[in-house]
Amino acid sequence: MPTFVYMTRCDGCGHCVDICPSDIMHIDSVTRRAYNIEPNMCWECYSCVKACPQHAIDCRGYADFAPLGHSVRVHRDEEKGVIAWRIKFRNGKKDMDLLAPITTKPWGKHIPKLSEVAGPTKEQRDSQLLYNEPKYIRMDDDGIHTLEKAGLKMKAGVYY
Amino acid sequence: MAKTIVEDNIDILVCGAGLGGTGAAFEARYWGQDKKIVIAEKANIDRSGAVAQGLYAINCYMGTRFGENNPEDHVRYARIDLMGMVREDLLFDMARHVDSAVHQFEEWGLPLMRNPKTGTYQREGRWQIMIHGESYKPIVAEAAKKSADKVYNRICVTHLLMDEAKENRVAGAVGFNVRTGNYHVFKSKTVIVGAGGASNIFKPRSVGEGAGRVWYAPWSSGSAYGLLIGAGAKMTQMENRIVLARFKDGYGPVGAYFLHLKTYTQNAYGEEYESKWFPELQKMVGKEYLDPEVSHRTHRPIPTCLRNHALINEVNAGRGPIHMVTMEAFQDPHLEEIGWHNFLGMTVGQAVLWAATDVDPKYENPELTTSEPYVMGSHATGCGAWCSGPEDVSPDEYFWGYNRMTTVEGLFGAGDAVGGTPHAFSSGSFTEGRLAAKAACQYIDDGKAEGIRVSEQQISDRKKEIFKPMEHYKMYRNEITAGEVNPNYINPRQGLDRLQKLMDEYCGGASVNYMTNDKLLNIGLKKLRIMEEDLEKVAAKDYHELMRAWELKHRHRTSESVMHHTLFRKETRWPGYYYRGDALKLDDDNWHVLTVSRRDPNTGEYTMEKAPCYHLVGDNE
Ligand SMILES: Cc1cc2nc3c(=O)[nH]c(=O)nc-3n(C[C@H](O)[C@H](O)[C@H](O)COP(=O)(O)OP(=O)(O)OC[C@H]3O[C@@H](n4cnc5c(N)ncnc54)[C@H](O)[C@@H]3O)c2cc1C
Ligand code: SF4
Ligand code: SF4
Repeated sequence: MPTFVYMTRCDGCGHCVDICPSDIMHIDSVTRRAYNIEPNMCWECYSCVKACPQHAIDCRGYADFAPLGHSVRVHRDEEKGVIAWRIKFRNGKKDMDLLAPITTKPWGKHIPKLSEVAGPTKEQRDSQLLYNEPKYIRMDDDGIHTLEKAGLKMKAGVYY
Repeated sequence: MAKTIVEDNIDILVCGAGLGGTGAAFEARYWGQDKKIVIAEKANIDRSGAVAQGLYAINCYMGTRFGENNPEDHVRYARIDLMGMVREDLLFDMARHVDSAVHQFEEWGLPLMRNPKTGTYQREGRWQIMIHGESYKPIVAEAAKKSADKVYNRICVTHLLMDEAKENRVAGAVGFNVRTGNYHVFKSKTVIVGAGGASNIFKPRSVGEGAGRVWYAPWSSGSAYGLLIGAGAKMTQMENRIVLARFKDGYGPVGAYFLHLKTYTQNAYGEEYESKWFPELQKMVGKEYLDPEVSHRTHRPIPTCLRNHALINEVNAGRGPIHMVTMEAFQDPHLEEIGWHNFLGMTVGQAVLWAATDVDPKYENPELTTSEPYVMGSHATGCGAWCSGPEDVSPDEYFWGYNRMTTVEGLFGAGDAVGGTPHAFSSGSFTEGRLAAKAACQYIDDGKAEGIRVSEQQISDRKKEIFKPMEHYKMYRNEITAGEVNPNYINPRQGLDRLQKLMDEYCGGASVNYMTNDKLLNIGLKKLRIMEEDLEKVAAKDYHELMRAWELKHRHRTSESVMHHTLFRKETRWPGYYYRGDALKLDDDNWHVLTVSRRDPNTGEYTMEKAPCYHLVGDNE
């Protein structure tokens, strides 16, 4: 849960500092290695753990309710598009390996650059449509929903 | 001395790029190919906001393409869940566009699971689809980066800039870099606020080292509300905080467990407990809002708050803890794996906790509990700004020109920032960002942002204000020998503890069983006012603490609004979220309305009003 860093593995590269959403991974000015400056603002989100090239960061369950002796380790591979987890129970009775995909496409390749696509027409601007709609809503040729199409009218039932 | 960096001539400034902000930045480029689009984000957009760890489900997807649901079905559902109190125009609008956001995610590479039999997306429940979403946030961040001219990471935005040529018009924002301390000024024609909801306002159940283990992310600092209220934007439904039934201590999500794994709850003695609380509850809220028979027959959902109510009462009656019965489902190895993946994909800490405490849900039913309240507007609750709806759907009271524009001109919202739109979740928040972006481009093209003027005075005044906590620290730290106890200041943590304690005790937190009344709320307001004086004396020893100081100020402003709204709505609309002890019934004669507030930025005074609650869709499908 709150993170800590193994002295012998960290080389001070700063990837964890760069990514932590809580801004709590900092480089210690004496050891030149990373550490968690505010464990009670750590969400154990594992963002830093996944980002560390040295696997130098780990989590130790919050002292106030998690006993020592467990382990949840992770390896995230953007190239292969997968993430691998290993969960070990405190009593040693359970040891699980779990694998999941993180993307189905090469990283970032299939996201359009909207500055380069054909711009919107005036009709599109004046309509309720967003980029690539209605195609992207329905993936067919039907239009966008309106109250009328849905057979709806502004209904009474308003209480002041 | 840190530098001042001015970014001029921005057309669209996105403040906070979580799901709403990334949607806004992405879409803005299409409608404004020639426009300057800039993101100012407190963390790093690759892993910021509530989706930093990823998600295992997209909770809002219609599936119109597969003939599954229509937008009006979703409006009906959200309305039932929120006891009637929603902005149906905004919900309908979000729901009719949300599928297009999700289809794009799939094209970008987000792994959506498919049902092998039907070829449709794998449903978790009627509205939820299952995903392998560990990289949900990096993927949408990539899209935002492709569209934006510039992304400023690590900028804590503290205030919006106001136009000095025209009253009540936005002119940009200011903030500081939490690493370098540089002062950043963003002069912009429009601003889209996507700075997320608020955790850590009410005292959390977790303590000590574990205090960061809250349900919504600890970095959800209420900044969306702090910024908007500070600029004088009207807010709505701020009393409508949410309490969540979650796995104890780890706050692991339960959606997939209930819906997909078909696990269910029981009390400590193995009994079903919900139904026995419903007859009493029905007297409190009325038959239209709770009718178990009809719900059973028609699969109409029982509102989330009312199910909380049953859980809370069962525990108070001495039959806790409540257990989630996992032992049956987990005998199936496939379902067991899903159960674990579900945590690893969005709340790793729950997996850590079970590993640490040797809770194997295959052989032991884990405990559930109700959380402390959270203030947000995209989950099963609708706090946020009072925004204009789309032209073709909104009644007059809900429409003033531009979709998702607040009552301040040129100032838009998305996701948690927008009020009255519960059940938007990740996909709906992204969609709202897209809608706001299109409207912001229209606003500029219509010439509404001409002639904006920001004086040097405004910029330098804000600078002084922003860095004051550091000055204050320097001035007084040497008056004491060492340590953190100083008669001239409090540090941000001390301030946060005070805020959480008073919100908990006076505004219906977990330790008072979510109970409050007019007397308590008035005392709470008084304490918040005094606390505001102390916030002028909050001290920060470095830039990191300066960020915590401003998060605290935003949380304080959010809390004040919540307190005023809770006092105004003199009824108990959502038993299980909170109770007004002096008005313990739902009161449709007087309170079938949306609550709207405005804080005058000059005087700090609040005005409260009732706004009509329009129902656009009929009851029956
Ligand atoms: C544990 C958990 C489980 C969830 N499960 C699901 C699920 O299964 N499916 C689903 O669809 N949704 C789920 N949600 C909900 C979903 O995450 C939210 O609805 C959505 O992220 C809200 O989007 P947003 O843009 O409003 O806020 P966020 O995504 O939180 O973004 C807010 C952004 O603003 C930034 N910010 C904050 N303050 C400032 C400031 N002062 N200056 C600059 N930037 C700032 C933050 O760093 C962040 O990037 C879950 C949420 C949580 C916490
Ligand atoms: S990412 Fe790893 S190696 Fe780099 S500073 Fe952080 S802990 Fe050290
Ligand atoms: S687990 Fe998350 S919150 Fe904790 S230090 Fe790492 S990145 Fe920051």
